Amino acid sequence: MMNLRKMQTGQSGIIASVKIGGSLGLRMREMGLVPGTEITVTGRAPLYDPVKIRIHGQTLTLRNSEADYIEVDIKVETDPAEEKF
Amino acid sequence: MADAVHIALAGNPNAGKTTLFNYLTGAHQHVGNYPGVTVEKKEGVYLHEGQKVQIVDLPGTYSLTAYSVEELVARDYLVNEQPDVVVNIVDASNLERNLYLSCQFLELGMPLVIALNMIDVAEKRGISIDTEKLSQLTGVPVIPIVARTGKGVVELLETVQTVSRADARSQTLIRYGVDIDEALRKLIPIIEEHKLLVETYPASWTALKILENDEQIVAKVMMKNMTVGQQLIDCGEVLTRHLQNTLEAYPETVIADHRYGFVRSVLRQGEVTQVTEQDRLYASDQIDKIVTNRVAGPLLMAAVLLGLYSFTFNWSGFLVDGLGMFFDLLGGLTETILPDGPVKSMIISGVIDGVGGVLGFVPIIMFMFFGIAVLEDSGYLARVAFMMDRIFHFFGLHGSSVMPFIISGGIAGGCAVPGVLAARTLRSPKERMATLLTVPFMNCGAKLPVLTLIIAAFFPNHQAGYLFLATLVAWLVALMAAKFLRMTLLRGESTPFVMELPPYRVPTGKGLLIHTWERTWQYVKKAGTVILGISILLWGMMTYPGLPSEKVAEFEAMRQSAAVSGFADRTADGATDGTTALLRINQLEAEAGLRYSIAGRIGTSLEPISRFAGFDWRTNIALVGGFAAKEVIVSTLGTAYSLGEVDPDSTTSLKERLAGDRHWNPIAALAFLSFIMFYSPCFVTVVAIAKEAGSWKWAFFSMGFNTVFAFSMAVGIFQLGTLLGLG
Repeated sequence: MMNLRKMQTGQSGIIASVKIGGSLGLRMREMGLVPGTEITVTGRAPLYDPVKIRIHGQTLTLRNSEADYIEVDIKVETDPAEEKF
Repeated sequence: MADAVHIALAGNPNAGKTTLFNYLTGAHQHVGNYPGVTVEKKEGVYLHEGQKVQIVDLPGTYSLTAYSVEELVARDYLVNEQPDVVVNIVDASNLERNLYLSCQFLELGMPLVIALNMIDVAEKRGISIDTEKLSQLTGVPVIPIVARTGKGVVELLETVQTVSRADARSQTLIRYGVDIDEALRKLIPIIEEHKLLVETYPASWTALKILENDEQIVAKVMMKNMTVGQQLIDCGEVLTRHLQNTLEAYPETVIADHRYGFVRSVLRQGEVTQVTEQDRLYASDQIDKIVTNRVAGPLLMAAVLLGLYSFTFNWSGFLVDGLGMFFDLLGGLTETILPDGPVKSMIISGVIDGVGGVLGFVPIIMFMFFGIAVLEDSGYLARVAFMMDRIFHFFGLHGSSVMPFIISGGIAGGCAVPGVLAARTLRSPKERMATLLTVPFMNCGAKLPVLTLIIAAFFPNHQAGYLFLATLVAWLVALMAAKFLRMTLLRGESTPFVMELPPYRVPTGKGLLIHTWERTWQYVKKAGTVILGISILLWGMMTYPGLPSEKVAEFEAMRQSAAVSGFADRTADGATDGTTALLRINQLEAEAGLRYSIAGRIGTSLEPISRFAGFDWRTNIALVGGFAAKEVIVSTLGTAYSLGEVDPDSTTSLKERLAGDRHWNPIAALAFLSFIMFYSPCFVTVVAIAKEAGSWKWAFFSMGFNTVFAFSMAVGIFQLGTLLGLG
């Protein structure tokens, strides 16, 4: 388990929990950030924040402070060669 | 013929709602606003087998919560207007997230038809969808369409007709897990028993919203019946505590997760995905590797913003000049046709200048909206927000705020009017308001001649340096002011940055033109009349009351004697003195007239206060005039110093006059500069703020706040400078 903020570009996993309610919690869910969803970090802004992720075949952005609420079950490290795919 | 059928189009942003809307209504559409908010309302009409169908394009949303204006507008429209059918446009290639919204239409019990759009794209990606099965599982008709080409639309329309006649409400039940379901079973009978809001909302929906702690619904329930409302809320709180203890979750998130559960179970049974989705975004990802790269990204962004800026202001130049020439010509024509008098003066200085003021902005606004439409439709604007958010978020703004700031004069020489309009791309209300209120601090093109004049008069050796400094200070002040507003009046959580980065697309010409035209026309229509009115008002203030007749007679007598002596001079040593003297008298009369007018009296009466900042009555009048347009400051200063109308482009005489005046010194000049940069926006900007903010309250606030702020700054500079003996 790892916090989304700490994930490196290219790392993937399955969302384990989204521990926030209210408007932010709902906003995350309506954009598809729900437990059980596969997630990949695809990049970061030049100043390292916000983070860019791939989910449900779409690209989403969120701030690091928002990523804090999301815990991810990291996929077992794969061969770097395979990651290129 | 039966009554018109009334349908509403709803769906996620980018699901193809507008494409379908344009396909159906063609040119028969009307763009307006929902009352009180700045969300666009698009309505249109089409004929289907002789039957008139009224169609409304609701704002694109991901959900139906009370957290965003668009979502509130959409759901209020659905419950208040009760459309006969809701057509839910669903992007077939992103079913999971799109159907999450569909769930909420089902909860609301609307007569629903799902239009499965972009079915061709989905098929190409190897997603095959069993629409029959999907329809059976959701309990509503599902029609595959391709809105772009119109494929399947006829069938969709027929289904809409059938559903509208059947008056069938969807009955699909979604389960939310034992805890929530149990709470719902407790709440629904109470709501039904007391008939709480049942005329507008289904009882089950009200119950669900109370558990979700939906602000709007909770408030409505409490207004209707306090005691029962409290009872319902208590039930909700018991549930919240229970869920917190057992799952560490909130009711609204548990409900959301179960909606997804429902969607997934539907998809498992109705849809087969075969191919992974790596290819679709491959191109976009490759572009992003460069465009949002740590080094190349910001450089490219600087180039694009500079390009947008120069496109907006330089490329529109020929149209602006053309319009300017046209109005000069019109003014000249009126000058020769009409007899002298107040009517002529009003038509030239009030009406023609006013209309010219409205239309003069049109080319700039058109070019800006076109440029922004290109960036928006191509997907680049979202990347700009992505890259800039770290900086702007620090000041309580949003990554998308960068565009309005640049347009307004972040690169010196912009204009706050298109800048304010550019803030439309911001979806977050508080950040948007803070942006609207702070962009007028930037150095727009109309402030530049004034700044240049003062800097040239008092700091002739450091002109470039001071101008650059002015740009930096403007940025600093605007951002700090935004931070201040977000910590006080506009306090509140920042809007989440959880947003979609759309894949890059080549914008279509037609889409760009429609976008540009709609927005520009709205400016002309909405701001035009107000601007014309204020322009006439300002003209009146600078003209009336006219000099009393004995004063006029005095100047007339002076002219007479000058003419005589001039005639005498001419016989002695040439012709120049007489005409110079006449001109001089006219200028003195203009000065006296200006001082006698309402604006002049305001300026004079403010002198005791403005003294603290080092401004005399002349400066005050010029600043009052600057409310019409900042470049007017120069010409009014000219009149006030009895130099006649000074052309802002050639100010040598005024410059020398100021530099030599005993009221002026470098410290007074600095105070004046800072005041001009930050005081009340010109009235065209104020009108634009009122229209964009949806209320005049904020427009008046920006006038007051900015003026008070600028004055304190000017006083600070002047007093400190004088104290230190720098004057």
